[in-house]
Amino acid sequence: MADLRELYQDTILDHNKRPRNFREIADASATAVGHNPLCGDRVTVYLRLDDGTIEDISFVGQGCAISKASASLMTDAVKGKSKADAHRLFERFHKMVTARPGDPVDASLGKLAVLSGVCEFPVRVKCASLAWHTLEAALERKQETVSLE
Amino acid sequence: MAKPAKVMLNVPAIKADFPILQRTIRDKRLVYLDSAATSQKPKQVIDATSDFYSRYNANVHRAIYELGEESTREYEGAREKIAAFIQAKSPTEIAFTKSTTESLNLVAYGYGLKGKIQKGDEIVGTVMEHHSNHVPWHFVKDHKGAVLKYVDVKDDGTLRMEQYDDLLTDRTKIVTVSLCSNVLGTINPVKEIAKRAHEVGAICVVDAAQAAPHMPIDVQDLDADFLAFSGHKMLGPTGIGVLYGKQELFEATEPLLGGGEMIREVHLGSAKWNDVPYKFEGGTPNIAGAIGLGVAVDYLTKIGMEAVRGHEMEITEYALEKLARLKGVQTYGPKDVKKRAGVVSFTIDGAHPHDIASILDVEGICVRSGHHCAQPLMERFNLPATARASFYIYNDMDDADALVAGIKKVQEVFA
Repeated sequence: MADLRELYQDTILDHNKRPRNFREIADASATAVGHNPLCGDRVTVYLRLDDGTIEDISFVGQGCAISKASASLMTDAVKGKSKADAHRLFERFHKMVTARPGDPVDASLGKLAVLSGVCEFPVRVKCASLAWHTLEAALERKQETVSLE
Repeated sequence: MAKPAKVMLNVPAIKADFPILQRTIRDKRLVYLDSAATSQKPKQVIDATSDFYSRYNANVHRAIYELGEESTREYEGAREKIAAFIQAKSPTEIAFTKSTTESLNLVAYGYGLKGKIQKGDEIVGTVMEHHSNHVPWHFVKDHKGAVLKYVDVKDDGTLRMEQYDDLLTDRTKIVTVSLCSNVLGTINPVKEIAKRAHEVGAICVVDAAQAAPHMPIDVQDLDADFLAFSGHKMLGPTGIGVLYGKQELFEATEPLLGGGEMIREVHLGSAKWNDVPYKFEGGTPNIAGAIGLGVAVDYLTKIGMEAVRGHEMEITEYALEKLARLKGVQTYGPKDVKKRAGVVSFTIDGAHPHDIASILDVEGICVRSGHHCAQPLMERFNLPATARASFYIYNDMDDADALVAGIKKVQEVFA
């Protein structure tokens, strides 16, 4: 059965405590706000895009360890990537957190694989994917708040 | 409310009545601390609903045969038990609904929106209400131009009673308040609030969802005009709720649902309503739910609501003391258990409530996390979320100890 440490791995706890790219970007070319009303999580994602490439990305907000660590890991993972690559990465990430427990983890996900334990806790999938949905909204330049009900 | 004489409940015997409490979660004993969301059900209640379907299932008030007589007798018997449980003058002052939410919507719609409220009339609520005692009044504001005003909450979790001095005027038509907060556990002085509402000619609507399961309620002593609660939080089935209303106010309230059961006569284009409370019970009601709730009321009455309250005060006092000794743990609401019920919201430094609930879950402990459908209150305390443990008759000191041990585990993970 699901073990606590599978969900709360050291990398996750580290990114929760010291989130990377946790700042605003003053000259952001796109931003979006994500909201998970279930746990009150709120995240704002900032992007600086150059010719379809994510030159810089950051986030601010409050949330549980899973959502914060996921946002932090995401910013590291998509920085320098094209919009299309970022989108494909999200698809693979989403597949991992909604997989059946025990399914092999996509090796191309790199560090993001520390969140694979989330698939054992279906109620936490929204926490892990909030920042990604918000990134998608920012990339599509949707202005409205993304809400995961 | 004075602390009752020490009455120790026989918790092992009570636990034995609840089949679900015999199961384990991940090989660990189930520690159920979310009764404020919904209570567990004793086998007496489960058997009563199953018995209805097995032995005398028939629609109520219509069937001209023995089964229908039996179902009607049991359904109306449940109404009588509930009337006695809250000291209503008559069972006709009890309407079955599906929930507290529906009960409050029925008042807001039938008494407010379709009835007495005119543009500029004022409705006074409080900041600590559950969303179900906020949103129905928004409808009255939006559709009738009523003005909504709110009494604030002090840092200690009690209402700023002095604000009623200014807020209550001859424009006030409805004063609404919860008897017990689902986040802070605060027991509000409803008797005094109802008295002050009546002094300005307003009615007092009481959300008793968190109170009816846990303490004695006397609607006549409170002088509440309407009072709403849910069956599923007080050992009863889901999908059954209660609205109490004083007879003359029930008469003055329009029904929420039109259809069968609630009419006396129907013509093309017009209809006359049935008598109260039947005019509020359009459609085939939740018969099994009502009967199950009646048995839940029997169960609670047999224990005695003073004893229920006394038991929860003891366990709450014990838990609050233990939690106060943990560094980095904050609890919310009144510290004095005489002023609060067994709902304990808490936060842990460095750990989000959602993570707290997940880690406790792995230990077999069920607590709630989030805004508890009380966002205005959470904003007032500047909290995005809290974790919440709530106690009931089947909880004991071991459960409180398990909570404390679980919290220590959370602190280890997030150290």
